[in-house]
Amino acid sequence: MKYRLRIEVRLKPGHSDPEGETTARLLKELGYKVEAVNVSKVYSVFLEAESRKEAETKAEEMCKRLLANPTKDSYAIVIEEEK
Amino acid sequence: MKSEEIKVCILRVGGTNCDAETKRSLEELSVQAEIVHVNEMVKRRSLLEYDALIFPGGFSYGDYVRAGVIWAKWIIAKLGKELKVFADENRPILGICNGFQVLVEAGLLPGFEGISSYPEASLATNVPPGYNCRWVHIKHENKGKCIFTWKVPKGKILRMPVAHSEGRFIFAKEKEKQYLERLYENDQLVFRYCYKNGEYAEGCFPINPNSSFYDIAGVCNSEGTIFGLMPHPERAFYWWQQPDWTRQGWMPQYGDGKLIFENLISYLEKES
Repeated sequence: MKYRLRIEVRLKPGHSDPEGETTARLLKELGYKVEAVNVSKVYSVFLEAESRKEAETKAEEMCKRLLANPTKDSYAIVIEEEK
Repeated sequence: MKSEEIKVCILRVGGTNCDAETKRSLEELSVQAEIVHVNEMVKRRSLLEYDALIFPGGFSYGDYVRAGVIWAKWIIAKLGKELKVFADENRPILGICNGFQVLVEAGLLPGFEGISSYPEASLATNVPPGYNCRWVHIKHENKGKCIFTWKVPKGKILRMPVAHSEGRFIFAKEKEKQYLERLYENDQLVFRYCYKNGEYAEGCFPINPNSSFYDIAGVCNSEGTIFGLMPHPERAFYWWQQPDWTRQGWMPQYGDGKLIFENLISYLEKES
């Protein structure tokens, strides 16, 4: 089966997000009543796997081994079947 | 071992841009220094041909994903066994700027209990954000464990330039206190950002150019043989690399960066 993994890597709460803070400041300058901006990174990974479970396990591995640094990052995975 | 017999490998990949200066610094000290592309190392060479290994500065793989992480994971996948032997034999490894990011992402630093499977620290985006290139002062904190500074007196203030966007050394929030204590207990803290007079930056920009936790600019592993720092010693090697050389009537022939390479060499001469 072919799967599309949507992996979002974002900063854990409490960690500085300088890119988000700068963006928020500018949006306020532009007149928007913005409270905060959090910046995250989204990876779309196209993968072949035997099952949804296997795709999920692989996605977890990818996050731990490369995409997220556990010191500061958390991640969320969404798995969709590709048709 | 005489200095002329010492062989140092300076690894490079696409995006590395401080390899030539690093080589020149070592050659000035009569050491054999060779720049080797990692593909060449994988196909035809061995890390174990060398007495020391340097990951130089630059923007390896365009800093994609996180600065240093692609090179780190790539080297673990392709040369992991050799790298582990290299580290286990206490052969020195130095990471400068992007090289420091590589060593942290590879789990070699801070390396509280050897090489860790996942990073125990991070070199996060600077606060304030953006690329920061400036001369900074750093205070030597190590009591003699780090072989790259073992002859430098504790408390000595050095001057070197930084040039990075992701240099904010941090631990996981919940482990900050515990890991800082371990850095002190194991004598792994090597440099902290400070004012010219030696007072710590206490996070104040631009004395601390990236808001690094506890003003940390460089750490070593628990054996003292693996060392990473954000400032560039190879860019502070000669007197004429320093920003005020035209304004000074007289300057010593070398800058403070020389100390890092000199200490490495004197350690290798002593050990073998």
